[in-house]
Amino acid sequence: MAAKAFDEMGTTGSIRAPYRSVANWLARTSPERVAATRHEVDLFYRRHGITFGAYGAVDGHETTIPFDIIPRVIAWDEWQYLHKGLVQRVQALNAFLVDAYGAREICRAGVIPETQILMNGEFVAMAQGLALPGGVHAHIAGIDLVRVGEKDFYVLEDNVRTPSGVSYVLENREVMMRLAPELFSAMRVLPVADYSEELLATLRSVSFSDDAEPTVVLLTPGHFNSAYFEHAFLADEMGIDLCEGSDLFVDEGRVYMRTPRGPQRVDVIYRRVDDAFLDPLAMRPDSFLGVAGLLGALRAGRVNIVNALGNGVADDKSTYTYVPEMIRFYLGEEPILQNVPTWRCDRPDDYKYVLEHLTELVVKEVHGSGGKGMLVGPTSSKAEIEDFAHLVRARPDNYIAQPTLALSTCPTFVGQGVAPRHVDLRPYVLSGRKVTIIPGGLTRVALKEGSLVVNSSQGGGTKDTWVLAPEAGSGE
Amino acid sequence: MLSSTAKNLYWMGRYLQRAKSTARLIEATQRMALQSRGEEAAGVAAIFGMEDEFRQTQQQGGRLASLIDFLVVDESNPSSIVSSIAAARSNAREERNNITVDVWESLNGLWLELSSRMRSDRATLDRGALIETVKKQAVMIFGAAQVTLLRDEAYNFLQLGAFLERGDNTARILDVKFHLLRPDGNPHADKPDYFAWSEVLACIGAVRTYRRIYRSALDPVKVAELMMLRRDVPRSVHHCLWMVDLSMRELADAYGTRGEADRLAGELHARLRYARVDRIFEIGLAKFLGGVRDDIATLSDEIGRQFLLD
Repeated sequence: MAAKAFDEMGTTGSIRAPYRSVANWLARTSPERVAATRHEVDLFYRRHGITFGAYGAVDGHETTIPFDIIPRVIAWDEWQYLHKGLVQRVQALNAFLVDAYGAREICRAGVIPETQILMNGEFVAMAQGLALPGGVHAHIAGIDLVRVGEKDFYVLEDNVRTPSGVSYVLENREVMMRLAPELFSAMRVLPVADYSEELLATLRSVSFSDDAEPTVVLLTPGHFNSAYFEHAFLADEMGIDLCEGSDLFVDEGRVYMRTPRGPQRVDVIYRRVDDAFLDPLAMRPDSFLGVAGLLGALRAGRVNIVNALGNGVADDKSTYTYVPEMIRFYLGEEPILQNVPTWRCDRPDDYKYVLEHLTELVVKEVHGSGGKGMLVGPTSSKAEIEDFAHLVRARPDNYIAQPTLALSTCPTFVGQGVAPRHVDLRPYVLSGRKVTIIPGGLTRVALKEGSLVVNSSQGGGTKDTWVLAPEAGSGE
Repeated sequence: MLSSTAKNLYWMGRYLQRAKSTARLIEATQRMALQSRGEEAAGVAAIFGMEDEFRQTQQQGGRLASLIDFLVVDESNPSSIVSSIAAARSNAREERNNITVDVWESLNGLWLELSSRMRSDRATLDRGALIETVKKQAVMIFGAAQVTLLRDEAYNFLQLGAFLERGDNTARILDVKFHLLRPDGNPHADKPDYFAWSEVLACIGAVRTYRRIYRSALDPVKVAELMMLRRDVPRSVHHCLWMVDLSMRELADAYGTRGEADRLAGELHARLRYARVDRIFEIGLAKFLGGVRDDIATLSDEIGRQFLLD
């Protein structure tokens, strides 16, 4: 399987054009230099406290995500294609969310069954009938893409709740500029540093108030959260306050933060707290992470919450199968980016097929995430497959299956030198009054040989993603 | 800026200063123990107000080496150096977005270094090197704050924490040491012990400073004056309370309001500024320092109340 995978650099003698400078750099750079550089990287990340996963670590402290110093390169024309496809997809997802919490035209048209929305555990009844500024629900979307051939990209998963990882995109770039300036100057790489500015502009553009400079805060569950570094990083980059639930309160339907000056009005909350914990009055009463009365203020049009509540109905793995239909229904267009063919185990034919082909397929829980609760058929033992079959039989509606894709590989530093490892790509799509995507996104790499699981919780690392500027005279 | 941010920066300042003062004090005490006789442990424990805790944890009681461990590496002691640095680092970590990379990196670097030293075998752990590291790095961290931080509200809360803690530390050191050396409170009783009094100055790193200012033999009255009243000595009580008052005034200007904390800060500053050392000894040094320390504690509470830090 690994042997068949498309390698993005190509092979000796037929190096793909975007990777020529990288291949030269690899050939020129001594192993000692590489080892020294990798050590520097680790030191940099630790001193900066760019860490992940306070949960579960043995001593309760932080670990860093491995960073691979060989960049992943995307040509300009490839990016143009992805960009168009991403904008289209996120526009359709937003239209679907407006519809799902509004008139549900798509159900009346018979495209998606209403039960798909109403019976979804992520559906938030209190979010119905809200007219959100700009008609945007998924302000920040992370769309996971995989590549299997020269021209074949697939969407593996949409993330429109609280997608994380963008801080690594920005920090990885800083590290690369510091560590490999010679490689950088040999190529024309599009910058990513304006992400925070675009994010702030996006957040401000969806305030209910007409205040020219609405007050935006970032709501974090706190420093025990595994993505806390990212929350602090983004707040710092945007120059906004990083709040925990206890820093905010609601009075007469408005949201305020506690400051030494007294209460200050808040217009937009970029929340990195899950739906269920946002408001103990409306959702889970045992939540200490939220703000009592927040949903009332939202419903009164006094504060906007980003991303919107209840977005989970648009990004779980069973809704995923409907996204191409959403694009046709709302936009009247053919999908530019393709879905991975998906079998839904709640359909009798699919169910039968999946159980007969478990050794070839990847089977996932509908609401699973982080690479857990899944079966990769070709690399699993007989017993593992048998165990999983029981789970599927017990609750067919909880599972979907996909063919095992030969994810593309990129050259990666491993113990003995450079070897191909499987990668994916998560671009970040910002939707406010306009749609913005910084070039590239987060490349995750499965560091274990042959592994297709790129999640950081399962031993994945990251790479800097370089989108090359158009060649002079290419007409772009 | 959030109240919780103000609170974190205030406590970051306090904990960092506490670690730094403790490191200096222990170093001075060790020198003293090497040069003279006597058990210093009880006196040091008294400075930390921890005679009872110390006796409880140390059944055999009273050895300097075990006291030093209690104050430096004991993670169950919330005021030990490693605990203080961990607390300051935790405050800073919550305010990553409100401090500069330089401040964060130097503090996080110190914490990483202490953590790695703490993981090594306790028997071979070099306490002296650890104390030296804390002293040096704390200077780096405060230096980074001076050079890189925006002079806004956040900065003033950091300053308030650091200088209230430092002023209190100096007052406490002088109070306890003076009582040990002159239990009757009379500064002129007999010929002062050179080593003992230079050690008192060393606790705030001011032996050479004394020589520069007074150009005379060590005199208990002058030592007390230097530590309490000299505005130009950066660790004197007066200097610290002057800085506290300045930060309070900047905050009052920024917020356009004043409260009990402002009044008390101004009053404390004035008390140190206009005091005369001979008058202080007339009413009694212990009484004077006790009053100052009580008011510093009250001021800390009032700051919490006034700026909604609690």
